[in-house]
Amino acid sequence: MHMMAGNLSCQDLADLITDYLEGSLTFSERLRFQIHLGFCTGCRNYLNQMKYTIRTLGKLPSEPMPEDVRDELLKRFRSWKKR
Amino acid sequence: MKEEEPQQPTSSPDLNWNDERTLVEALRMGDEAAFSFLLDAYYGSLLRLAMAYVPSRAVAEEVVQETWLGVLESLPRFEGRSSLKTWMFRILTNRAKTRGKRESRYESLDSGDGLSESDDESWRDPERFRPSGALAGHWLTPPSMWDEETPERLLLSKESRAIIEQAIQALPSVQRQVITLRDVEGIDSKDVCNFLDISETNQRVLLHRARTRVRKTIEHQLNEKRTSS
Repeated sequence: MHMMAGNLSCQDLADLITDYLEGSLTFSERLRFQIHLGFCTGCRNYLNQMKYTIRTLGKLPSEPMPEDVRDELLKRFRSWKKR
Repeated sequence: MKEEEPQQPTSSPDLNWNDERTLVEALRMGDEAAFSFLLDAYYGSLLRLAMAYVPSRAVAEEVVQETWLGVLESLPRFEGRSSLKTWMFRILTNRAKTRGKRESRYESLDSGDGLSESDDESWRDPERFRPSGALAGHWLTPPSMWDEETPERLLLSKESRAIIEQAIQALPSVQRQVITLRDVEGIDSKDVCNFLDISETNQRVLLHRARTRVRKTIEHQLNEKRTSS
């Protein structure tokens, strides 16, 4: 099949993965990308791993505010209100 | 439409702070409960973002303090054209940049733009791929399947969380800023380009490198856990 000439390697796919997720591949690049995914378990796993990585980052807990900082800022808020 | 609420100087438990217009109105009215809600909702994100810009935590905490004051100063002018979060992040970014320049003697050792790494391609993990032969460029050690819960279970462990946080802190500064804004804080790509004064293309390159490194850290952590259990 003529597509073999334009086949992506797994390294190529890994390099293009962010472009893929951002939707910035050209139509033909995306086609080649998806064809490769179709027959490569390793790359399907890699794509999933990347998606889970992003999801995990989005769930990183943030620090709670220390009480002394809150008190200080509430004081500022009260004096700001009065203006 | 919402019912008319009598003006309460302190707490208004019936109002929904998750609605930004309500929150902003209440803040303008001097509602302390609203301000307290705002502090709790955004302190962690602001601190994390500040740490992406400046070299030390102490400086980051100062930048966050200044940001809160800047928020109060500018609140009368907030028009709701962007979200409150984006607007506060913009205030922080401006302060952090000024501060970052002052502290720039620390940054000089950093490849500031995170793009000048083209000599060192180790982040691409070339040893994971076959170097030669008919299958050159294919996986040598293919990635394994993660189920949906696997990486998130890591977040339940304080030690693992710390390792992921460290992975982010270890990134070159602009990569750290991009991944924090985009993936941790969910800020829109266009806003990120504005905050950081970079093109879409550059943003993608930086995001790609940052994500590739962080994925590797997470994979390593998961492998550690697997072998030790």
